[in-house]
Amino acid sequence: MTENAGTSVLGFEPQIGTPSRWSGWRGSLLQGVGPILLGLLAGGVLLLIVGRNPLTFYGTIVNRGLLSPSGVQDSLTRMAPLLFMAAGLIVAFRANIWNIGGDGQFLMAAAVVSGFGPQITGAFPGGLGLAILCGMAAAAGGLWTIVPAMLRAYYGLNEIITSLMMTFVGVNLANLLIKGPFRSQATNVPQTDVIPKDDLLPVIPGTRIHVGILFALVAIAMVHYVMTRTSFGLRLNVLGANPRAAIHVGIDVRRLTIVAFMISGAFIGLAAGIEILGVWGYVRADWNPNFGLTLFALVFLARLNALATVPLVGFYAVISMGATPPPEKQACLTISC
Amino acid sequence: MTELFTTAFVAALISGGILAGMPLLLAALGETVSERSGVLNIGLEGMMLMGGYGGFVVALYTNPWLGLAGGLAAGVLTALIMLVFCVRLGLDQIVVGIALLVTAEGITSVLQRAQFGTTYPRLDAMPVFQIPLLSKIPAFGQSLFSQPLIVYIGFALVVVVHWVLGFTSMGLNLRAAGEKPQALDAAGVSVVATRSVAVLVTGGLGGLGGAYMSIVGAGIFVPFMTHGAGFIAIVIAMLARGRALWVLIGAMLFGMSVSLSTALQLVGVNVPQDVVNMLPFVAVMVALIVFARQAYLPAALGSPYTRGSR
Repeated sequence: MTENAGTSVLGFEPQIGTPSRWSGWRGSLLQGVGPILLGLLAGGVLLLIVGRNPLTFYGTIVNRGLLSPSGVQDSLTRMAPLLFMAAGLIVAFRANIWNIGGDGQFLMAAAVVSGFGPQITGAFPGGLGLAILCGMAAAAGGLWTIVPAMLRAYYGLNEIITSLMMTFVGVNLANLLIKGPFRSQATNVPQTDVIPKDDLLPVIPGTRIHVGILFALVAIAMVHYVMTRTSFGLRLNVLGANPRAAIHVGIDVRRLTIVAFMISGAFIGLAAGIEILGVWGYVRADWNPNFGLTLFALVFLARLNALATVPLVGFYAVISMGATPPPEKQACLTISC
Repeated sequence: MTELFTTAFVAALISGGILAGMPLLLAALGETVSERSGVLNIGLEGMMLMGGYGGFVVALYTNPWLGLAGGLAAGVLTALIMLVFCVRLGLDQIVVGIALLVTAEGITSVLQRAQFGTTYPRLDAMPVFQIPLLSKIPAFGQSLFSQPLIVYIGFALVVVVHWVLGFTSMGLNLRAAGEKPQALDAAGVSVVATRSVAVLVTGGLGGLGGAYMSIVGAGIFVPFMTHGAGFIAIVIAMLARGRALWVLIGAMLFGMSVSLSTALQLVGVNVPQDVVNMLPFVAVMVALIVFARQAYLPAALGSPYTRGSR
């Protein structure tokens, strides 16, 4: 580990000794927005190559995702799972734990929630059933990180590789569950039984947005508070900045590594739970929204600051919903939706 | 169980193992070079995708050999980005690697859909090169010694990498850059230049591996076709601990674990597709858990080199 290994996690650390012109909030803002503009520019060039007009293309996306009343609602709905996932990634990344296996954790949780969903919402009235299912989602996501977490904690094995391998296993295992024990007998399509619409998360009155977005914002605020104002957050930051220093100040590095990894997985599992209980009510085989690596980029643009992820996630939600053609969005039953 | 190991089964296992193992071998050899020099190339999968796409396009309009060269070039070009950001500017190798992967996934799938989204053109199979006598050996002769020429080149590259890393001053420099860059710098050799060469070699081999997938393996490029092969290659390189000959063994074993399901179907055992997809990754996890203590990475891996810093 070099001296600047901790700060280099943020990617943009100034050279030692030279005062940075880009310090302060203006610099942070520029570092957040600048890359996005460059990205849009690069995307525009790519669109020109394939023979589309970038301006009309982006215009359509903004129109659909932000300016139309239903578009805004869809974008806000989409933000809920993304924010939960961002919260999970920040907890891990701050501790220098590279949990990039988010998709596996997400899909395992999604399979568990939709597989047990119809029975549990049937057996327990309203909120209790949903709470149990969210707990199961968090547990499934958290447990799916345990192998990479243990390997990292006890053998120092690179968790980038192991968490990613577990993603491939998880995605396929979720499919096996959906096609096997959780498969619905009611339809020929390989999918789980559908949770009745009345048992899903309620919507915010007057809109089509389910209340998941409110929980997600609370989660983000909570993570921000814990990371900046509590001793647990400080310990995570110390572990991330300099593991050797962490040992010297008496932190149980192994335990903290495993705990942070599992919290990260639990948030990602909650993201899946909220998405299933808020929007879908079931999971179809081969469904994989691939949120993991997308959020990886957003979280780093936010420089691992939980609050800063909110506008960035909002921006991405607008793009992703704006780029979904309306009929697919309405039915919201397509594989990539 | 005995009737399972029929000639057809063994032949399918070997030829399938080579088909699936060759891209892993090429990419893992590249990753070995990179890791030894101290650069953890997480973007390998992205370089394979770019190589697969670039190689396929060139092969479609010219011939397979130029296609393989094109794949190699596409990989090198992608690695150039890694070189600038990670080696020159010293940014985080993991972040840049993931960014490269996501970018490569996006670019190749957009271009593929725009160009071939409706036509799905296919390439002809590459001509095979029969090695006289050896290819006549029963059971495995045909599958082992009757392969496209690029397969033999791939095997030869194992020896080349082994020789360069172990027996040349270039190889010594590479290993020094990974273990103790300060020492290399003090000896008057540029760490940045050494690592730059290593990153470009990795890009080239990764691109070649991707091109093998699309040109020789599938005959077609489809988005996301590498499906984690780049990451399996990284694991193979990790477990091989920088030794080229172990990379060969690892790549072939993983190749066979992929082709095992195909071979099983040949003898009438039916396996669900999801199990087939999952198998190589389960194998990787088991290998990592069993050999967790043995996996070795160079001391300075992943940390950018700044002269004077400790």
